[in-house]
Amino acid sequence: MIRRIWGLMYRHLALYRRSWPRLLELCYWPVLNMCIWGFTASFLATRTGNVLANAGGLLLGGVLLWEVTLRSQMGLSISFMEEMWSRNLGHIFVSPLRPFEMIAALIGMSIIRMVGGVLPAILIAWALYAFNLFSLGPILVLFFINLMIFGWAVALGVVSLILRHGSGAEALAWGVLFGLAPFSAVFYPVSILPAFIRPIALALPTAHVFEGMRAAVQTGVIRWDHLAAAFALNIVWIGGACLLFARQFHAARVSGALISIGE
Amino acid sequence: MRAIQVERLSKRYGDILAVDDVSFTVDSGGTIGLLGGNGAGKTTTIAMLLGLLVPTAGRIVILGSDMAKDRFTALARMNFSSPYVALPQRLTVAENLRVYGHLYNVNQLERRIGELTRELDLGAFLNRPAGQLSAGQKTRVALAKALINRPEILLLDEPTASLDPDTGDLVRSWLERYRQDSGCTILLASHNMQEVERLCSHVLMLKKGHIVDQGSPNDLLHRYGREDLEEVFLDIARDRRHADPDQAVLA
Repeated sequence: MIRRIWGLMYRHLALYRRSWPRLLELCYWPVLNMCIWGFTASFLATRTGNVLANAGGLLLGGVLLWEVTLRSQMGLSISFMEEMWSRNLGHIFVSPLRPFEMIAALIGMSIIRMVGGVLPAILIAWALYAFNLFSLGPILVLFFINLMIFGWAVALGVVSLILRHGSGAEALAWGVLFGLAPFSAVFYPVSILPAFIRPIALALPTAHVFEGMRAAVQTGVIRWDHLAAAFALNIVWIGGACLLFARQFHAARVSGALISIGE
Repeated sequence: MRAIQVERLSKRYGDILAVDDVSFTVDSGGTIGLLGGNGAGKTTTIAMLLGLLVPTAGRIVILGSDMAKDRFTALARMNFSSPYVALPQRLTVAENLRVYGHLYNVNQLERRIGELTRELDLGAFLNRPAGQLSAGQKTRVALAKALINRPEILLLDEPTASLDPDTGDLVRSWLERYRQDSGCTILLASHNMQEVERLCSHVLMLKKGHIVDQGSPNDLLHRYGREDLEEVFLDIARDRRHADPDQAVLA
């Protein structure tokens, strides 16, 4: 099993070994985002003093942690689409690689792509804006885990839609998570949202992570209640996404979509 | 021993019956040809044998494994090649073979890649991206991928399509030799009648999803009173002439 998972990961890693544009693409948007928001935060801090300096930290923390979700989701979806674009899925699906092993390989690639994208942005935040994300301490690992799992759940939903609707659903890989950003309360507390939207926000693990992040940055308190809620919700989200993927994969084998996917 | 057993296989897409009540068996070490025009159901049948498609009805047993319940056991012991399913174009030939070697859990993978490189003469372009190869080179690489796990069953969908006669002949010779040396069972879908006559011990003639006739190439030639399989194919495709049952008995 491990060897088959590694086989599919090797296929993607081999591409990065020879292609600097691919490596650059990994960190381009996270670094660009960090620069824009970092300078914005610095500007606000110089104009308003300490009141908004703290808000700048929240802003940068939000940017970096949101990138974790976004890069995890895109890492999985795009790795799947790379197989589709190279018309290689036919060979993969007739090999002994089980569907759950394929997902495990795509998750492995998603982790690598996320680290390759977010780590340079974290270093820039530290070097240019003296914002050290790691100062949040070990709790950061739990934030990362939750954000990654949610990213994978959304990515599996995108892959399921591609299996169902073909390449027409590809665009969702880039845009779908942005639609959830307003409800995830990345830069503001959930309490700011209108009352009727709050239940939607609180159903997203990301909203709980960002609430937890704000508490940790502002008061140093670890909000275990939010973390527990994030983990519980993630179990539901990833479980639902796996079920959806399994159903769509089977449906694609019935309809013949696996043969023509990507055309 | 039976390598492939297909019982009353059907596949329906809405109103279209792509494969209709097809049954056949292939003994170990045999080479069977699927012949038929476009839309006859060859590729659909192969896709069901590979587990890519779920049959609407019927049962497939490959190397003792029921494909509906345990397809991965069988898939590890078989392989597939088609010019219509590409390998990753930006990976080199060696990287592609490594990927599939891992997916098929091949022992001593580098040694196996070395063997295939010698046997299929891949050395000159082993480190070149697959996308930069000629059609003949790509066919040899696809064949190397299909043989990476020393398959007991090899499914080939038009393996020499778009090849020049010389390269096509080399590939056919190589397949003949491989089958003799390894005892591999080969199922071949092709439009090339000479290829089928040369390689196959048994031929299934498909039309509109049905098996309309079958037998050894010589048997079919006798029964239709023809010189080559192409004429038999045209007789069946155009409903021009039917097999002579007396000749069938003689054959």
